[in-house]
Amino acid sequence: MMELFEMMLTAGLWASVIRIATPLIFATLGELICERAGVLNLGIEGIMTIGAMAGWIWVYQGGELWGGVVFVAIVGMLFGFLHSILVVYLGLSQHVSGIGITLLASSISYYAYTMLIPFSTTPPKIVPFSAFEVPVLSSIPIIGEAFFNQSALTYLAYILVIVTFYVLYKMPIGLTIRMAGENPVANEAQGINVLLIRTGAVMAGSALMAIGGAFLTMSAFDAFYFGMINGRGWICIALVIFASWRPGKAFLGAILFALFEALQIRAQLIGADVIPYQIFSMMPYFLSIVAMMLVARRAAYPKALLVPFRQGDRI
Amino acid sequence: MKKLQFSKICKNFGSVVANDNISLSLGEGEILSVLGENGAGKTTLMNILFGHYISDKGFIEVEGQRLTPGSTRASLDAGIGMVHQHFTLADNLTVLENIILGTEPLTRLWSQKKQAYKKLKALSKRFGLLINPDAKVADLTVGEKQRVEIIKALYRDASILILDEPTAVLTPQETTQLFKVLKEMVNAGLSIMFISHKLHEILEISDRIVVLRDGKLVGEVVTKDASKESLAEMMVGHTVTRPAYEKLKIGKAVVEFNNVCLNASEGSTALSNINLKIHEKEIIGLAGVAGNGQAGLASILQGLACPSSGEFKLFGESLVKYDPCFLTESGVARIPEDRTNEGIIGEMELWENFLGEQLRSKAKSGFIIDKKQAVSNAEKLIQEYDIRCEGPFASTRLLSGGNIQKLILARSLSNNPRFIIANKPARGLDEGAISFVQQQIIDAKTQGAGVLLISEDLDEIFELSDRIAVIFEGKLQGPFDSNTVNINQVGLMMSGEVKAESLHEA
Amino acid sequence: MRLKTRRDAPVWLIALLPILSIGVAFIIGAFFIIWAGESPITAYIALIKGSLGSTFAITESLARATPLIFTGLAAAVAFRAKFWNIGAEGQLYCGAMAATLVGTGVIDLPAPIMIPMLFIAGALGGCLILLVPVVLKTHMKVDEVVTTLLLNFVILLFVNMLLEGPWKDPMAMGWPQAARIIDNGVLPTIVAKSRLHFGIIIALVMSVVMWAILRFTVWGYEIRAVGYNQQASTFFGISINKSVLMVALFSGGLAGMAGVSEVAGLKGYLTLTLSPGFGYTGIAVAMLAQLHPIGVIVSAIFLASIYVGADAMSRTVNIPNYIADILVAISLLSVLVGAMLARFRIVWGK
Repeated sequence: MMELFEMMLTAGLWASVIRIATPLIFATLGELICERAGVLNLGIEGIMTIGAMAGWIWVYQGGELWGGVVFVAIVGMLFGFLHSILVVYLGLSQHVSGIGITLLASSISYYAYTMLIPFSTTPPKIVPFSAFEVPVLSSIPIIGEAFFNQSALTYLAYILVIVTFYVLYKMPIGLTIRMAGENPVANEAQGINVLLIRTGAVMAGSALMAIGGAFLTMSAFDAFYFGMINGRGWICIALVIFASWRPGKAFLGAILFALFEALQIRAQLIGADVIPYQIFSMMPYFLSIVAMMLVARRAAYPKALLVPFRQGDRI
Repeated sequence: MKKLQFSKICKNFGSVVANDNISLSLGEGEILSVLGENGAGKTTLMNILFGHYISDKGFIEVEGQRLTPGSTRASLDAGIGMVHQHFTLADNLTVLENIILGTEPLTRLWSQKKQAYKKLKALSKRFGLLINPDAKVADLTVGEKQRVEIIKALYRDASILILDEPTAVLTPQETTQLFKVLKEMVNAGLSIMFISHKLHEILEISDRIVVLRDGKLVGEVVTKDASKESLAEMMVGHTVTRPAYEKLKIGKAVVEFNNVCLNASEGSTALSNINLKIHEKEIIGLAGVAGNGQAGLASILQGLACPSSGEFKLFGESLVKYDPCFLTESGVARIPEDRTNEGIIGEMELWENFLGEQLRSKAKSGFIIDKKQAVSNAEKLIQEYDIRCEGPFASTRLLSGGNIQKLILARSLSNNPRFIIANKPARGLDEGAISFVQQQIIDAKTQGAGVLLISEDLDEIFELSDRIAVIFEGKLQGPFDSNTVNINQVGLMMSGEVKAESLHEA
Repeated sequence: MRLKTRRDAPVWLIALLPILSIGVAFIIGAFFIIWAGESPITAYIALIKGSLGSTFAITESLARATPLIFTGLAAAVAFRAKFWNIGAEGQLYCGAMAATLVGTGVIDLPAPIMIPMLFIAGALGGCLILLVPVVLKTHMKVDEVVTTLLLNFVILLFVNMLLEGPWKDPMAMGWPQAARIIDNGVLPTIVAKSRLHFGIIIALVMSVVMWAILRFTVWGYEIRAVGYNQQASTFFGISINKSVLMVALFSGGLAGMAGVSEVAGLKGYLTLTLSPGFGYTGIAVAMLAQLHPIGVIVSAIFLASIYVGADAMSRTVNIPNYIADILVAISLLSVLVGAMLARFRIVWGK
């Protein structure tokens, strides 16, 4: 027990917590934006996969790292746009369409990767984002080392938490996005195009999901593996519920989750002889389910989540 | 120059003519009533005004300026404000957020809430529309929500205000209050269009009345020359005969509530110590503002909830645990509040919807559906109740509101029920359908059934009920003999301002 | 733009939808093939040859269709009730584990008893694991989409643990696989020298059974009613929780049977590569079949042929076999769109 406690105080642990949390922060914010506008995006798992693949390929073929991030965002937006056409404009089942998007995006990722990268036993590598020490802040003991000696993408994630909060709660456009998820008719009555707002939110959210995936290949690791998203997208959907659709809580939720994940990985190393490592690996998934159990009963779902909006339907 | 002018508006939906060459105008400082039944074309006309539809022919002018068709924003910018019948508010947001929605350019980087606050305060003071800007809309009463809707329009500096059936959800006192506010607004220079089908209110509030029927403008009168009878005839196209009410000698009690309580659940108010006796051959009208416990009371009587304490006796027997199927089999007819979403399953075929709560009791050995019998039963009821459809295999979602209600009546009343729970059975129907529904209920009463009629329409309650009960915040007052109370007293009880005891003292 | 209800959805259009959707998928898929630098025509010819070109190819396609019929039915019955069971993959493995538990020597009975027993065990395995999301949904309002999805990963790790630990077959030369199903439990092949086994017969029977239940019984009415409109179903006195439980038992059971069929029919033993995503493909199967149990048979065979054909194609033409997944995903999306267009007309303007 003491060992665990001591471990909690090391900067190394917290640094890896942040590394694990970063893709989750991106993707959870992305899903949160979609759901705030009333659209469930189950394409998240696939969009993260294609984000991971696209970013890696971009750099592997000689592109710039930041150019890769932009490229990944555009790819994410494209899939978000596809999802919007299906569920926002055509009003199709958000569940089935989302699963379809996930299947499509992941299969395209694997197809493209297999096609572009000739078979080899060890996957080729790229030079990923390197850690960047934020002056002053990084000299704070433990916290500084953990939070402010990370890759630039991680800092981008921090900033996006604040930006998302700001946009949703302080800007007029944020109010219309929230209204699109609560009572879209009110938007229409004020002359605001609900379909456009929802489409925009889904595209923006999907871009974040894709960047979340790209973090894995462009920062955390340096190669693309099959099945590397490994359910992270689904975990983010649980995190959104756990966070009650609030950006700040989403950030905390992702950190909390990552903490357990980091401890779990360390425990695997310590306890491997006694307990099979698979038991530890199951923990993140169990944890997500437990998190949902804790909040589900009083979860304040956006009222118009999953409800298609038809223009001029009810006025 | 007219404030607002509709010129020769035509709109067809396929073969249905929704608006046929409608021209009308609204003067400055005038209150114009637009009268018409459901389906007369009022809603379409308003949808055209607000750019949700584009008219096939004709145009609209505001102060002589042509209005861009198909643009809600253009209408709002021209100073037209609308108070919708079904509020366009979000429960989870605050009053202020609901009001400033769409008033700022979407590209603005910082929502200017301070100024909004100031403007809102000034407005509510000026027109006596008091409201807490920070309150969550979910916590407001129906009357307050309407106030928010009105302020929303005023906040945008509307000079023309359109109110769609604004009194449908109000108590008589709230209505009086609303009319006072409207008068004040007219004095301040606003022009108001008042859409309704309640004749006495129209006569009270407006300067001029236009009547729509079947998509056409069939009449225009100055209010002082109009009478209830002439308007009704214009609106419906023939003399209106509402079913004749007759008091009968009551029989045994069919429903008895002794200190029944129900805990609050999502979307319904708690009930506390309800005592009520409903007898054979009587109709009890339950009046109340929406959200005061009607839903809970109805759900107990429809088998959707069981009392959390107290005694519920049906046909003399105490019930503890029961479900809709049990009630139906024992002789209860259930007419739901929301006919399209609760009463039928639109995606299923008509014959399947005729099974409804009798699904299991009508199945062979309780498991295999007897389709042949169900279809022939459906055919019979379609004939008997004159349901306009393409036969028992038609998709139910294609039926009109009136025909859906007929289906529900046919399903529940054809079993000779001994008790009927009718939750707002006539709401939103046209005059023909209303008469039909009311006649069915009265016929059932004559044949010996007891009826609980829940309605927000006090006229309907007074027309049909033998006794009237009022529900407020989950507590019941009465029932009183309908000859001993008047609409005003009931209205005061609905808003909780008068207790039954003081009524008796008076 | 607005959607207008069609009063008259022509029957032929609905019947033709799946075919049109797959057509659309092949057209879009052609661009991916061109991207890979091959001719779509040669590629598709190779695909069709590989899936239907010989008796062997056909039996391969049918063998591949067998688990897809089960998982397709599992998705179809659940989606009918709008119960979003996306966990067929995990339930399949649970069925496979149950079959391994019962079928590897603990009991040895004559085949006519042993085989049904394996299927019952597998169905129970699939049901039991699905009970977790169901109870969480009905008692704690936890959304079933995420729980069923996450459980897939948990179950796969659990299988992995068993195969690397207690269930590891010492005879398998280090491969992580479980002991073989005993001879009496193995499903006989139907066509000599092929992998097509008796499982497909059971799959076909289950399709007919599900069709009859949905169409003729009170259960079927309730499942459909709950899927269309929960509020009205409640008003009709249908218990939503009971219906969801019933649907879950059917759905989980069917997915579990897919696992049995693979373990006892195709592979002979439990491995981690038992299912290349049959659970997820089942969703596409069900949607292409418009959630109709008999339609599931056709669409399962259709999609299975694409997979088998794509494998063959990737050996002759230089195109990754992931093209099959792309084709299936696009078919899934386009059949969704098609089904909507059959119900509504898109009207431009206001």
